[in-house]
Amino acid sequence: MQQKIIEGIINGDRRMVARAISLIEDEASEKETILSAIFPYTGKAYCLGITGAPGAGKSSLVDQLLVLLRRQGLRVGVIAVDPTSPFTGGAILGDRIRMQEHALDKAVFIRSMGTRGNLGGLSRATKDVIQILDAFGKDVVIIETVGVGQSEVDIIKYADTTVVVLTPASGDSVQTIKAGIMEIADVFVVNKADLPGADRTVSEISMMLDLGGKKRAWRPPIVRTITLDGSGVGELHRALLDHREYLTSSGRLEKAREDRVRRDIVDLIEYKVKSTIWRQVSGSAEFELLVSRIMSRETDPYAAAVQILRSINLNGLSP
Amino acid sequence: MREEKKIRVLVAKPGLDGHDRGAKVVARALRDAGMEVVYTGLHQTAEQVVEAAIQEDVDIIGLSILSGAHLTIFPRVCQLLRENNAEDIIVMGGGTIPDEDIEELISKGFARALFTPGATSAEIVGWIRKVTAEN
Amino acid sequence: MSAKEKKELPSQGRKAWETCVDGLPERPQKFMTVSSVPIKALYTPDDVPGLDYQRDLGYPGFYPYTRGVQPNMYRGRLWTMRQFAGFATAKESNERYKYLLSQGQTGLSVAFDMPTIMGYDSDHPRAFGEVGRVGVAIDSLEDMETLFSGIPLDKITTSMTINAPAAVLWCMYIATAEKQGIPSHKLGGTIQNDILKEYIAQKSWIFPPEPSMRLITDIFAFSGQHVPRWNTVSISGYHIREAGSTAVQELAFTLADGFAYVEAGINAGIDVDSFAPRLSFFFNAHIDFFEEIAKYRAARRIWARRMKEKYGAKDERSLLLRFHTQTAGCSLTAQQPENNIVRTAYEALAAVLGGTQSLHTNSMDEVLALPSEKAVLIALRTQQIIAEETGAIYTIDPLAGSYFVEALTDQMEAEAEKYFERIEQLGGVLPAIDQGFFQQEIADAAYRYQLEIEQKERIIVGVNDYVIEEPRQLDLLKIDPQIEEEQIKRLRVLRAKRDNAVCGSRLETLRRAAGTRENLIPYILECVRAYVTEGEVIQVLRDVFGEYKEKPIF
Repeated sequence: MQQKIIEGIINGDRRMVARAISLIEDEASEKETILSAIFPYTGKAYCLGITGAPGAGKSSLVDQLLVLLRRQGLRVGVIAVDPTSPFTGGAILGDRIRMQEHALDKAVFIRSMGTRGNLGGLSRATKDVIQILDAFGKDVVIIETVGVGQSEVDIIKYADTTVVVLTPASGDSVQTIKAGIMEIADVFVVNKADLPGADRTVSEISMMLDLGGKKRAWRPPIVRTITLDGSGVGELHRALLDHREYLTSSGRLEKAREDRVRRDIVDLIEYKVKSTIWRQVSGSAEFELLVSRIMSRETDPYAAAVQILRSINLNGLSP
Repeated sequence: MREEKKIRVLVAKPGLDGHDRGAKVVARALRDAGMEVVYTGLHQTAEQVVEAAIQEDVDIIGLSILSGAHLTIFPRVCQLLRENNAEDIIVMGGGTIPDEDIEELISKGFARALFTPGATSAEIVGWIRKVTAEN
Repeated sequence: MSAKEKKELPSQGRKAWETCVDGLPERPQKFMTVSSVPIKALYTPDDVPGLDYQRDLGYPGFYPYTRGVQPNMYRGRLWTMRQFAGFATAKESNERYKYLLSQGQTGLSVAFDMPTIMGYDSDHPRAFGEVGRVGVAIDSLEDMETLFSGIPLDKITTSMTINAPAAVLWCMYIATAEKQGIPSHKLGGTIQNDILKEYIAQKSWIFPPEPSMRLITDIFAFSGQHVPRWNTVSISGYHIREAGSTAVQELAFTLADGFAYVEAGINAGIDVDSFAPRLSFFFNAHIDFFEEIAKYRAARRIWARRMKEKYGAKDERSLLLRFHTQTAGCSLTAQQPENNIVRTAYEALAAVLGGTQSLHTNSMDEVLALPSEKAVLIALRTQQIIAEETGAIYTIDPLAGSYFVEALTDQMEAEAEKYFERIEQLGGVLPAIDQGFFQQEIADAAYRYQLEIEQKERIIVGVNDYVIEEPRQLDLLKIDPQIEEEQIKRLRVLRAKRDNAVCGSRLETLRRAAGTRENLIPYILECVRAYVTEGEVIQVLRDVFGEYKEKPIF
């Protein structure tokens, strides 16, 4: 099955791609083998992040960007993340509604995901799913973050270009929007630009950019869009192309991807060490004994940690 | 560290009418039962439903039909699933469907279960848990 | 009851009652309306402390019209018993209309099929399997001519249940009359044309809200000049309720929609008194008897007050909230369907005691099946029994002055006012739609209602209690597939024989006009006169206006 899935991904079988994504989301045992096997086929996709407040029109923007990207002949993958209920673990994933016109276009692949307890606006599987879609042959992968208003800064870890969508309608002045999200933007979109207050929103963003003081190599452009009739989406598309060109010609794209690899390895090491240790320690008699000794003040947590680490066997790290 | 496999359900509303009250109530009940529900919205064609089900890798497709078009839509969805080697996705439905049509659709394998007005969310949730466990 | 309320009880007698009743156990049931509003054991003068007869109720036919819009109500004329029905083809409908007219009926009601309602011609892929299914398929002027062939349009009134493409169908009606040599100012009738409730509940939309509203104000302006007897919008709460709203939500959202149309008209530079008298309403009659009656009474009062005080209407007719009612389809059950006759009877009585101008009573099997002739007849007879036998209609607004009904009416009005405030805070009806406000409120209410049934906090006879084993008899309308084929064939013949050069150029002129602020009705009229189809007109407007997409709200 595993082999069938791997071949399926590389040969463009969307059913196998879909299955692989589920295995990754469910943290199945096949996950690493699959990701490892497809790695040689990755590295070609350009990754675009779309973030912003709820109701800002992110899905509609993605829907319309899809039209333009398809017109260029590009194959596109979309990852749309919605919140998982912390109480029930369930989720309603409704972003597809806006994109269903592209459902029958075989060059477009849309996948909805719940956050499944992850904070930061994405699901834990997002990074790996990008890899799958990359190996599947997508030229562009668009990630739409949750948009529940929490600071969704994780997106810059994976996106080559990050778009922050704001609206004048929200009634928030730009200053009140969480500081973090303003700093991650490579491109700003002021959507629903036909609403009153659009000019103010644009000038507030502009002022905020100027306030930064230091000269920027890339000053994020501010694009006005109206998704209801599609105006401004062409400009957004050009802004994205400009940013990509800037990243490529300045060598920053290469640099950022290298940093990403570095971070990925560190993350993986941490994850593996942690899970291996935890498997040996959790519930063990030695561990429980130490807990009770700490409670009775016979020893302390610091000494206990050192003692446990001495007995850990890291040979044959488990996946 | 494997998580429990999440049950994923696609809820779709084929046809041109806008009666989505039932579909939405069911979607919400499934979410509250811990499932992931992909909602594709109104006015869906059978082709759109099947393609979304494949990309989303759902366990179940739930079709809400109140227009009387169940005898054309269920067979069409099943045919498309076969053409895409995706017959393992279970098809169920809800809406106003006469007993004789329910029998026909189920005996011919076009739907595994059909829930009519009066069915509770607990019944639907229980049924989905059971059949996905069997799968 | 709170301590404060107890203190205000005026007489010793009540205090004694209080003490007495406090000691009596109550059945373990939640005493609440179908909208989950708690109901007290007793209502007294304390529940309507500030009631001022002249200010809050007045006389029937007089401001604020709480007691009714006509001075003599049903003693003068009964409500119109208007049963809505649809037939698959224009020809079949035409025959049915002629029969009804020969039986003395003067008003016709047209139900369209889903492709027509959604702006698709019968040969569009999305129309597959739906042509003629829930009503008549109208693709072009030719079909409209067939529909009304041999029926003098100046002698009847026609009600058309059509919303997003209402302007196109209305133009076809006007053009059909022209062919009969009847000028438009002699035409009377109604188009539902209520796009706001489509976004909120019914979901048969095409364009985004702004251009949709523009089409409606274009109709206001054109109608004022050329079709003055036409009811231009039937502002509908019916579908909002069927989607699962509470009574208060139905009331508040419907009136908010009404005010939004008034504001749109005023903002388009049209005098309020030139279009407001042609606005009418369409409400649901649900099973909760007193709550429904209070709803209708509160609706009249709120409308009159706002129209006068906020929008400065001078014409008395602008202040009148006239309404059609349909009993609640969503209250009917598939189980033991005969019980639906009883439900419908109570609902109909509530509508009549609430002062409706016209009424449709559902057949017991209507929601689930093609109504049998017998069921249709019983539904009509239900209205006639109320009118002729019960005596409930001899006096006007008989429940006025009931502490309970007046308190409920006040409460309805107060709750509606709270909703108006929230909508205002969101920036008005359109921004509230854009933010999914109404949709969320309704989805929450629908879900809560379902949970109440499942947890048996609410009993539905035959569904979650008093259940019996029974076969489910459902005789769904089976539409002959030939109807679709023949309609498509007729459409192809039409496309071949009409002057396609003229059609093309008129569509181009329409396209250009759609990009300006010009009134589009004359351009649409020009198109349909040349036998441009509904789908072709809508497609051009879709190109210019864009298409609405639903919001993921649960």
